[in-house]
Amino acid sequence: MENRIRVLLLSAALVMAGCSSLPWRDEDPEAAPEPASPENGEAPVVIEPQVERREVKPAKIDTENWEAGLTAGSLSVEDFEVNIVYGARLAYHINEDFFAEGIIGQSDAGLSSFERLSGGAPLLTDSERRFTYYSLGFGWNALPGEIFLGGRRALNSTVYLTLGAGSTRFAGGDRFTLTAGAGLRVLVKDWLGVHLDMRDHVHEIDVLGSNKTSHNYEATLSLTAFF
Amino acid sequence: MARLVACALLLCFAVAAGQARAEGLEVIVVDPYLEMRTGPGRGFPIVHVVERGERVRVLKRRTDWFQVQDADGREGWVHRSQMLETLVPAGTRMEIDDPAREDFTAHRREVGLLIGDFGGANVITAYGAYAFNAHLSGELAVSQILGNFSDGEAAALGVTHVPVPEWRIQPFLSMGTGMIRIRPKGTLVQTPARTDQFAYVGGGLRAYLARRFIIRAEYKEYVVFTDRDENEEANEWKIGFAFFF
Repeated sequence: MENRIRVLLLSAALVMAGCSSLPWRDEDPEAAPEPASPENGEAPVVIEPQVERREVKPAKIDTENWEAGLTAGSLSVEDFEVNIVYGARLAYHINEDFFAEGIIGQSDAGLSSFERLSGGAPLLTDSERRFTYYSLGFGWNALPGEIFLGGRRALNSTVYLTLGAGSTRFAGGDRFTLTAGAGLRVLVKDWLGVHLDMRDHVHEIDVLGSNKTSHNYEATLSLTAFF
Repeated sequence: MARLVACALLLCFAVAAGQARAEGLEVIVVDPYLEMRTGPGRGFPIVHVVERGERVRVLKRRTDWFQVQDADGREGWVHRSQMLETLVPAGTRMEIDDPAREDFTAHRREVGLLIGDFGGANVITAYGAYAFNAHLSGELAVSQILGNFSDGEAAALGVTHVPVPEWRIQPFLSMGTGMIRIRPKGTLVQTPARTDQFAYVGGGLRAYLARRFIIRAEYKEYVVFTDRDENEEANEWKIGFAFFF
């Protein structure tokens, strides 16, 4: 009796083992999913999944929130004539309304009218006459819209206001500078922008004797790329 | 310097131009309509609509707007909220991997800019922070000090502790040390620049704004260890913004 039970159990175990080691389909024995195999060989395969499994990845989409470009224009250094200014800008667009912006620029200031009229020794050396600035701040796209060129073309544009703080090196010293401005950005292509900017760089200066607030107005044209 | 900037910029242009027509992701519209606008903003007019079940190709993204192209080759900008209601070919909803408040709680790296007042002078600070865990992070900061009587630079290394990183507005405590260089501005008497070590303790608040942006305000008490008889004390407050990533 005991023997018979043992034989029965053993044969059952063998059948189970045999079934479970059978490949699911005869393509690739290693790829056979074990738990899916039928308990005994009788159960017919009802559904054969034909769906290809795809890996789900977060969408890889090219984001273009950064904007970088070069700037050129004119800068009126208070008391020291209007001069050519060159610079660069980098902006990060936080949302459709606001952006963070950093600008740098350099110009060589001219002669003050005092120096010109008195004909005496110049107030500043050539290296002191170099005007360099940086400013970091925010911008607000106040008037987004379109510019219509003729009847068929429309270019996206925005008028924005900017506010920033930074430093200006001029007349042998670094000066804390507040920058406020307004600009127009026109997108010639989706990735290529042209800016027209007006800015005021305000700082304290004491070159001409007493301390005073100096306003340095700048008008620039920039070419920028989104990336 | 100018040449370097020019080269970097040319590279940017090239990259941007190359990306402009990259292969996009194809998605199926689920909303009754997908509204395509002429520009990436709520004020731009809707010029096309794509119906439910049709496919569009996503070309690029700018802030919360996606540039898509429909089967007829028409291009337009679609808002993020509508893009979330589209399916990718695998049949799942389009996933948009955007930073959110949860990421603010768990963020590792942070870079920011602060402006304020250091002992009566203006100060501009750039800093970078690395979080060892949700509460404790190390910070490296460089400052430019611009005063009426003196200019200078400072570099500081410190630790910041955030007691409750789950809050949207997080108070924090900080302490650290560093070096400061002060150049007195003298028009009559030329005083030499001094370099001294300092230590600080402080505290502040940082708050999650949107996307990857943080607004941060802080106050610090400094002790500058001079080689004269007395140490100097100064206090500083600053406000600014930072990115986390």
